[in-house]
Amino acid sequence: MLQYATRRLLLSIPTLLFISFAIFMLLQLAPGDPMAQVPLTVPPEVKEKMREALGLGQPAHVQYWKWLVQVGWTEPKVFVDWLTHDSTLLGWLPDTSLYQGELRVISWQTRSPVMDIVVQRIPQTLWVVGVAYIVAILIALPIGVYSAYRQYSVFDQAGTFVTMIGFSIPPFFTGPLLIVIFSVQLGWLPSIYDTTHVVRDWESFKVQLQQMIMPVMVLALQITAQLSRYMRASTLDNLNQDYVRTARAKGLSEAIVVMSHVVRNSMIPVVTVIALGVPAIFGGAIITENVFKVNGIGQLLLTALFANDLPMVMTLTFIFAVLIVLFNLLADVLYGILDPRIRYD
Amino acid sequence: MTDPDLTKKTPTEVPIEALQDDESTQPVRGVWREVWLQLYQHKGALFGMGFLIFITLAVLIGPYLYQVDPQKVDIRNKNFRPIYTTLWDDAAKVGWNKPLGSDQLGRDNLAQMLAGGRASMAVGWAAMLLSVLIGTLIGVLAGYYRKLDGILMRLTDLFLALPILPLLLVAVTLFRQPLRAEFGAEGGMFILIVTVIAITSWMPMARIVRGDILAIKEREFVLAARSIGTRSDKLILRHLLPNVMSPIMVSATLGLASAIITESALSFLGVGFPSDFPTWGKMLADAVVRMEEYPERVILPGIAISLTVLSVNYLGDGLRDALDPRIRGR
Repeated sequence: MLQYATRRLLLSIPTLLFISFAIFMLLQLAPGDPMAQVPLTVPPEVKEKMREALGLGQPAHVQYWKWLVQVGWTEPKVFVDWLTHDSTLLGWLPDTSLYQGELRVISWQTRSPVMDIVVQRIPQTLWVVGVAYIVAILIALPIGVYSAYRQYSVFDQAGTFVTMIGFSIPPFFTGPLLIVIFSVQLGWLPSIYDTTHVVRDWESFKVQLQQMIMPVMVLALQITAQLSRYMRASTLDNLNQDYVRTARAKGLSEAIVVMSHVVRNSMIPVVTVIALGVPAIFGGAIITENVFKVNGIGQLLLTALFANDLPMVMTLTFIFAVLIVLFNLLADVLYGILDPRIRYD
Repeated sequence: MTDPDLTKKTPTEVPIEALQDDESTQPVRGVWREVWLQLYQHKGALFGMGFLIFITLAVLIGPYLYQVDPQKVDIRNKNFRPIYTTLWDDAAKVGWNKPLGSDQLGRDNLAQMLAGGRASMAVGWAAMLLSVLIGTLIGVLAGYYRKLDGILMRLTDLFLALPILPLLLVAVTLFRQPLRAEFGAEGGMFILIVTVIAITSWMPMARIVRGDILAIKEREFVLAARSIGTRSDKLILRHLLPNVMSPIMVSATLGLASAIITESALSFLGVGFPSDFPTWGKMLADAVVRMEEYPERVILPGIAISLTVLSVNYLGDGLRDALDPRIRGR
């Protein structure tokens, strides 16, 4: 298993290199000039200087190589410095100073390092999308198990119908719909997610909960719909297996048969599906964040795109690609660990 | 066998009782008739198919029956409510000339819904067909030719590792201008959106087709066909492809649903068609700022998208059951 994981990890390096190169070329081919907003009165030679200051003077392969060095070598050094310096986890280690003031990836919008902005945005995204994911898992798994256990019952029919609806209604419709009902008509919940809100005491925690309910519910509906379908199918597969009959025949109670025999086995494929969905959490839900004005990663990507901020777009999409590749790997390894029948040799 | 008439007959007349059959066997039905009968049992699929046909006919024929230009600005008759609002609100501003009301520029909502549906369905169908084509081609090539298998499947894995929605947004925002200049505002956008959706959604199809082709390739009938000298292209077209039709059809329906949603999402985020070209996603996005006073402008296109996608998903569900010979006939 370790050998397999190492091989996959090594194989993911050329994959990621290729993906980053593809994204880079896509951005290179794209029209759109970062100098388009500069007034026409600025003389051309000054414009050329500004261009060079942005790193646009060099040929494409030099730009790509510099970006690669910045993301793959300089940023990790900054990260290690931060870890040993400020973080609570590894702050007890002696301070390192690997970062010697080299150029980092600079955003064209803010002229500050891209990774700093990403780190600022991650908590909002994690709060909303991460909580939605956990809520969805907690709702979906029991629904899936119960509707498989009572197949074709009223509960199963209703559950299947609701998951089908959750599957089909896009978040850009459920979001405004919830806002109309709960913010406009009933006035219970705020329609905009306030990212500057600080949780200090019980009252402010309640406000935080209130503003999280709607975006979390919109996202959770979709994730629940997918997960509970998987869970139901997987439980149905296991319920008809011989080992279940054996467990019942030796006199175990239904609760133990279902909970500790069937559910544990049907969780195996579902766990990998859950792992595969994790990159989407960090990717931020672009649409939901847009509807509820959550200041997260997805919204960052959208604004960077509209502002033609290529280093930001490039770095963000690359981070997403890294997460997808890593969690694909993790899902495969998890599958091998959880299911002893699977061998990767 | 418990038939009293049969048991009364003497053994001399009938050598083997079991072979005696008074009634003729049921006529053999074709596969597609079986599929249809099974689909007919599935209420959801039937509803889905009905609604899909209805909405397709509505957006195809509707604009000829209801001849109002969806883009015509009629500022005197702006902000009309739909006719049915009078049921609970007598003071509402309604008029029979605007059955579903009009927007802030007086453009007719019904005409916009029909035109928008046309755009959404066209994008959905075109993107789905293109992605089915790419997916099937790559799947068949990878499954049939062992030499191509490795490289094509690595390519598929690579595409699966791409972050789809960010990439869609990047491609659409960045390539809008040149394609517009080349093919006109609407044509360029149509080509761009269809291509981009298809390029980012063919991978599951390719994997499914490859897996099935790999399994079917080893069966006896393929060996038989090859032994009588069938060429590879004929073998693929006549023997392999018809046997992988059912998974292709099922994932094609699901692809149609996701293509419609993706197009609406792009329009919603403001990177879709130009602003004067109505699509359901764009109507919804434009109406969000005014949804307190005019909730129907959000709800009508939203319901249209949701019902279309729901019916396509149900149809896909039903097709999966109907095309699976293990479930069919139970």
